[in-house]
Amino acid sequence: MTAPLVEMRDMVKSFGGIKAVDHVTIDLYPGEVVGVLGHNGAGKSVLMKMLSGALQRDGGEIYINGEKATINNPRDARNYKIETIYQYLALADNLDAASNLFLGRELMGPTGFVDDAQMEAETRKILARLNPNFRRFHTPVAGLSGGQRQSVAIARAVYFNAKILIMDEPTAALGVQETRMVAELIEQLKSEGIGIFLIDHDIHQVKMLCDRANVMKNGQLVGTVKVDEVSEDDMLGMIIAGKCPPNAIPGPGALQTA
Amino acid sequence: MTDTPTAASSPPKPRTFFSALEIDTRLLGMIGAFVVICLVFNFLTDGRFMTPRNLFNLTIQTASVAIMATGMVFVIVTRNIDLSVGSLLATCSAMMAMTQTWFVPDWLGFGLNNPATMPIAVVVGILTGLLIGAFQGWLIGYLAIPAFIVTLGGFLIWRNVAWHLTKGQTIGPLDENFQLFGGINGTLGETWSWIFAALAIAGSLYALIQSRRTKLAHEFPVKPVWAEALIGAIIAATIVGFVAILNAYEIPTARLQRIYEARGEVLPEGLIEGYGIPISVLLLILIVIAMTIVARRTRLGRYIFATGGNPEAAALAGINTRLLTVKVFAIMGMLCAVAAIVASSRQTFHSNDIGTLDELRVIAAAVIGGTALAGGMGTIYGAVLGALIMQSLQSGMAMVGVDAPYQNMVVGSVLVLAVFIDILYRRRTGDKT
Repeated sequence: MTAPLVEMRDMVKSFGGIKAVDHVTIDLYPGEVVGVLGHNGAGKSVLMKMLSGALQRDGGEIYINGEKATINNPRDARNYKIETIYQYLALADNLDAASNLFLGRELMGPTGFVDDAQMEAETRKILARLNPNFRRFHTPVAGLSGGQRQSVAIARAVYFNAKILIMDEPTAALGVQETRMVAELIEQLKSEGIGIFLIDHDIHQVKMLCDRANVMKNGQLVGTVKVDEVSEDDMLGMIIAGKCPPNAIPGPGALQTA
Repeated sequence: MTDTPTAASSPPKPRTFFSALEIDTRLLGMIGAFVVICLVFNFLTDGRFMTPRNLFNLTIQTASVAIMATGMVFVIVTRNIDLSVGSLLATCSAMMAMTQTWFVPDWLGFGLNNPATMPIAVVVGILTGLLIGAFQGWLIGYLAIPAFIVTLGGFLIWRNVAWHLTKGQTIGPLDENFQLFGGINGTLGETWSWIFAALAIAGSLYALIQSRRTKLAHEFPVKPVWAEALIGAIIAATIVGFVAILNAYEIPTARLQRIYEARGEVLPEGLIEGYGIPISVLLLILIVIAMTIVARRTRLGRYIFATGGNPEAAALAGINTRLLTVKVFAIMGMLCAVAAIVASSRQTFHSNDIGTLDELRVIAAAVIGGTALAGGMGTIYGAVLGALIMQSLQSGMAMVGVDAPYQNMVVGSVLVLAVFIDILYRRRTGDKT
C-alpha cells in the first residue's frame, strides 16, 4: 500500500490546562475526502489548524507522502501545497477578488511592482472555470455574495495547485444553490487526485461527500469509519456519546463499553 | 468550462458622464469643498485669499502636516493610531538642530554653513525618526501593547526628550543650506518650476497611456478615448495652473536686489522674478508620489491594506503582521523627521514647542481625507487634501480676523462634520470601502 498523502501522528495541542487536541492520529489518501466531525470545541478545527500552520503544535508529527514535514506557519504549509478554505472566509473584505486570490503570493512585474493586470487576468480565467457568473472583479469582496466569496477562496486553492485541501465548513455561509456548486467542486477536485479534509456539522452532507470520517470528542479521536458502512445514526452516536459502531476503528476517545 | 471570461464581462454602458470618467466621487467632493472654502474666504477678504501670495503661503503652511498625514494613512489603515507624531517631530528637530549648530561646526570643526552640514543633519534626523518609529512599532507589533497607549506615552516622552536634549533652549539660526527646505527661503524659481511642470505632465500622461495599454493587452474593459483624453487634459491643466500661481508670486525687488548682490551681479532694470515651487512643497509632492506607489504597487502596500481589512486573513495568508506594524511605524517616524526638516527650517530655528498639536492635525487631515479609523481604507491624496482643507480654513479665518479660540472651534466642528458626511456618503452608495 502506498504511503498516505497526509498522516498526522499523535497530535497534541493545549490551551492553558485544556487539551484541545489529545494524541490524535489521522490520515488522508490522494483522491479521498475525509470528514472531521464533532461538536463545537471537540478540537477538529484546532487539529486542522496545526496542519495548515495557523497554530503551532505542542506534540506529534506530520508526514506528507510518507516524509516527515516541518510545518510551523502558514507559509510552510503552502510550500507543501496545503491550502485551507476557512469557515469564516479568510478574505480581506476591502480588497478585490484578484488581490485576495494572490494575497501573500502576488505576481510581480519586471519592474518589481505588483502586476495587478496579470493577476486580474489569471483571476478572470480561473473564476470563469469555477463560477462563470462571477463578474465583479473590481469591487471589494465585501460587496459579494457568500457563494461568490467562497468561489474566490476556492479559486485560491485551485490556482496554486493544492494537493491537500482543508475545508472548514465550506458551505456554512451559503445558500442551497451555492452549496451544490461547492459539492460539485469537491467531486471534481477529488477526481483530480486532491486529498480533502472536510470539517462539517451536517451529517447528511458528510455522508454524501466523504469517503471516510473521523469523529472527535473532547479533543480525543472517538473513531474512524467508512461512511458507506455506517448509518447517520451511528455517526451521531459517535459525536454525541462517543459510542463506536462495531465496524469502526475505535480511537482513544471511544466510550469504553463493558 | 470554456474560456470566455472577457466576453462575459464586457463593460456595462457607462450611465453618466462621471461614471464614464471613473473618477472617485469622494475626491470630487473634497476638491469641491476646498474650492467652496477658497471662494467664501475670497469673498470675505475682498479678494485677498486667492492671491498668488496667499496660495503660496498656504502650500508651505500645509507641507509639514501633509507630509506626516501620508504616513498616518498607513498607520490608521492598519487599525492603529499614532499620537506621538508632533512630539517625535520635536525630537527629530532637536537632534538636527544640535547636529548643525554644535556637532558639525564645533565637534567636527567644520565651521558654520559648511556644505556637509545639511546632509549630515538630514541623515541624523531621519535615522532618529526611523529608530524611534520602529521601536514604537516593535512595542505595538511584538509586545502587543495597544498603539494608543504606546504613542500616548510617546507623546509625553519625545517632546520632553527634545526639551532634555536642548536643555530647553531655542536653537538657531539653522544652517543656511538647511533653511532651503523652509518654504520661502528655498524655491525652484520660474524656469525650474516650468521644467518640473513639463516633467510632471509627461510623467502622468505616460502613466495614463501605459495603464490603458496594459488593460488592452489583457482585453480588459477600458474607458472611452474621450474620457482618457479629458482626464489627461484636466491633469495637465491642474499642473500648469498650480505652477503658474506659484510663479506669479513675485519676489520683492529689494530682496531680488540682495540676491543679485550676493552673487556679485547687478539686478537688471525692471526684472521681475516669481518664487516658483517651494522646495518643501516639492518634497511633499515627491513623498505623495512615493507613498502612493507604495500603497498601490508594492507588496508592502497590499499587505498594509489587507491587514487593515482583515488581520486574521492576512496572517493566514502568511503575512507577518507584526513586522508589518514595525515597518508602518518606522515609515511614520521617517516622515516625522522629514516634517521636522520642513517645520524647523521654515521658522529658521528649533524651539521646544515645535509641532505642538500636530498629532491632532495630522490625524484630522487623514480622517477628513477619507481614512476610516476602522482600518483597511484610505488614500494618500485624500490625506493631503484633508490637510489642505484644514489649513485653508485656519488661515482663511485668521485673515478674516476670527480669534484663535473660535478658529479651533470651527476646525473641530468641520472634522466631526466631515466624518459624518463620509458616513452618509458610504451609506448611500453602499460602498463599504
